[in-house]
Amino acid sequence: MSTTMIAGRDVHVDDDGFLTEYDEWDEALGAELAKNIGVEMTDEHWAVIRFLRDDYKAQGETATTRRVDTVGGFPVKRQFVLFPKKPAKKMAYIAGLPKPHGCV
Amino acid sequence: MTMTDTAPAIVPDFGDEDEVDRKLVIICSKGNLDMAYPGLVLANAALGEGIETHLFFTFWGLDMILKSRMHDLQFTPVGNTAMHMPVGDSRIPQFLTALPGMQGMSTKMMKKQIADLGVPEVPDMLEQIVAAGGHLWACRMSVDMMKVSEDDMYDGVEAVINATDFMDKSAGGQLLFI
Repeated sequence: MSTTMIAGRDVHVDDDGFLTEYDEWDEALGAELAKNIGVEMTDEHWAVIRFLRDDYKAQGETATTRRVDTVGGFPVKRQFVLFPKKPAKKMAYIAGLPKPHGCV
Repeated sequence: MTMTDTAPAIVPDFGDEDEVDRKLVIICSKGNLDMAYPGLVLANAALGEGIETHLFFTFWGLDMILKSRMHDLQFTPVGNTAMHMPVGDSRIPQFLTALPGMQGMSTKMMKKQIADLGVPEVPDMLEQIVAAGGHLWACRMSVDMMKVSEDDMYDGVEAVINATDFMDKSAGGQLLFI
């Protein structure tokens, strides 16, 4: 684990660059993370990211695409449009959460 | 981003550029509940990684995509020496596994274990795979053999294709036979 500077502040990240401290994240940082991986954030993107943040806080685990669909109400198809190709990892990265742990 | 004297920001490589050519083809040939899941779970994971994914349903695997059967796949402990008591390592004696009611009970238990993990039932898994851009194909010979038609199939199935078509679709892909 190391620290890196994103959006003008030091944050803790894992080897892949995913944030490891829940509380070091805010939306300004999320915007910077999104920019890093070429995702242009819209209101709809933010709605998904906010769901992921809240759900992680409640569950202690990053929601999978399945959960973002069934619990969050954002269809899988839409997730692939908003966060192309690798929605689960990209959503987690922007939301400052660990990669989802489950298989489905 | 401006960097002064800190370590450069680590940006994960999502491989958006280099994954375009990867393709996974899974042949699903079994209609038992326990044999349906490996292909579905892997297909779902592959799609989540941006990998082009095709599922080809053949022989008993056809049950996974038949509307009248896909909701009711069964698990049987018969012939399965890895079948243990719910807790501990002791095996269920094989002569018991064929008793009336064992299949229903085992199926119910397995469905519950799968649901407890938040993993959806087979039709929902297929729906998610299709929503994620996966391709479903049915095997021509099996369809003819079992006297079913496209009308009997789950809507997400794109077509019934023959062995030669399959060679086309699977060209350049990594292949899994389940």
